Amino acid sequence: MSLLDEIRQTNYLNWHHHIHQVGAPILQVKSVCVEFDAGAALEDVSFELITGERLAVVGPNGAGKSTLFKVIAGVLTPTHGQVHIYGHEPGGHICIAYVPQRNQVDWSFPVNVADVVMMGRIGKLGLFRQPRAGDWDIVRESLEVVGLDDLEKRQVGELSGGQQQRMFIARALAQEAELMLMDEPLAGLDIQSQEDILQILEQLHQREVTMLVALHDLKIARERFDRVMFLNQRLLGLGTPREVFQPDILLRTYGGHMHLIDSDQGIIAYDDACCDEGGDS
Amino acid sequence: MLEVILDPLQYPFMVRGIIAAVIVGSVCAVVGTYVVLRGMAFFGDALAHAILPGIAIGYLVSGGTRQSLFWWAAVTSVISAVAIDTIRRSTKIKQDTAIGIIFAGMFALGVALISTVRSYTVDLAHFLFGDVLGVSNSDLLLSAIFAVLIFLTIIAFYKEFLVLSFDPLLATTLRLPARLLDLLLVILIALAIVVSLQTVGVALMVAMLVTPAATAYLFTRRLLVMMGGAAIIAAISGVLGLYLSFYFGIASGAAIVLTCTIIFLLAWIYQTLQQRRRKLV
Repeated sequence: MSLLDEIRQTNYLNWHHHIHQVGAPILQVKSVCVEFDAGAALEDVSFELITGERLAVVGPNGAGKSTLFKVIAGVLTPTHGQVHIYGHEPGGHICIAYVPQRNQVDWSFPVNVADVVMMGRIGKLGLFRQPRAGDWDIVRESLEVVGLDDLEKRQVGELSGGQQQRMFIARALAQEAELMLMDEPLAGLDIQSQEDILQILEQLHQREVTMLVALHDLKIARERFDRVMFLNQRLLGLGTPREVFQPDILLRTYGGHMHLIDSDQGIIAYDDACCDEGGDS
Repeated sequence: MLEVILDPLQYPFMVRGIIAAVIVGSVCAVVGTYVVLRGMAFFGDALAHAILPGIAIGYLVSGGTRQSLFWWAAVTSVISAVAIDTIRRSTKIKQDTAIGIIFAGMFALGVALISTVRSYTVDLAHFLFGDVLGVSNSDLLLSAIFAVLIFLTIIAFYKEFLVLSFDPLLATTLRLPARLLDLLLVILIALAIVVSLQTVGVALMVAMLVTPAATAYLFTRRLLVMMGGAAIIAAISGVLGLYLSFYFGIASGAAIVLTCTIIFLLAWIYQTLQQRRRKLV
């Protein structure tokens, strides 16, 4: 039985409901502002996501990508504005998975890969319940999806960067998340590992998982995603790659750090302020 | 040879001392795995010192029956823990500074109170360095009951504490009651300290929390194994330490802590040599 069928069975009513509302927004962000002591991180950001959509979020370091994700995940309460997941506040849902940046975790922690993926099941298990055979089956299938099934007994610090990122995606799968927020999943990875992750995102897309992915690489955003959001505290552009890869939007997002080259293949842009490994808020 | 082992056991105070050292050592070691993994060593040290005014009040009020000291100490440690947390949350003061303020303030209050009693030096030394050989049967019973309670709580919340320690953001997105669980963990640490007060005393307490857990951490890849290993190391240190104390007339608390430290050093040297050998091969 595939993971998809598992999810259908265990979450049957919900799933059914979602499938028959094709085109309904899974996520609505309404004029969200976030202010920290140091100043505004997000100003008046509004957008909607429909079920199964892939949205890339791009912008320079400190543009508020992580802040936006944390607001959507319900980890951070916005100063103004609201977030609705299927019409509800984020607090009522565990169908959102936040896939963290790799540098947010202590990799020498004594847990193995299967332990970490099982953490995704905890919300469904509830207090005082131990994981059962069915939960371990889901963990194993999630690991198969990301190609880590033969590494489940490894301590997490022994994995490569790409494997660590895939483990987090497996955890989001085990959580049966319908909306995945991925914060710089490609940061610090070599080309091959990046390609592996992109392949997995393709599989998730076929499972109708809705994805919001923060990226540094504009080329990947343009080629692999349904829509692209340009963010620098404000939402500066949101649409299909064709719609938003415009010189003025790029310049407004990246300011002086952006260099544009007009070529036969369209605009090539590169950002010279890029890419220390995550760490932006 | 056998006599060396059996001789001390003729004395009931030694038997009681050994039982107390094993119980207390394993409780502190298991709770201590969280202290080590979450980097709370300074917090644990501070909490142990902050208990002193509670002991002093108990001493002044009831003339020093162990039971009343125990309850006063428990209340004081929980108040200190909550005070530290409240300062950190409600001001811009960082956690370690808040710990420093409360730790020193409470300790000074304790010394001040005890100094009002005439035989101040003798009693203060007892509280500071412990007196495991003065443990009574009712003390043992109380320690055992609390040890069982602490173990049961950790078993009940094992998976929640695991998520909270490894990835607090996941805990929030899974809608775990993160603040309550944090508070519960702090209370567990406080109770473990209070239970062990008589064994090693306030000044050396942090060693019981940190050293066996750190030793186990060097060799383990899973939390449960780390807890078990830490408990065994602590129990062995307790027994060995008391024998050292018996034959060489060393203060019991210091002997136990020194044994823990030596075991850690040996483990560390062993691991370093092993890694070097692996590199050579």
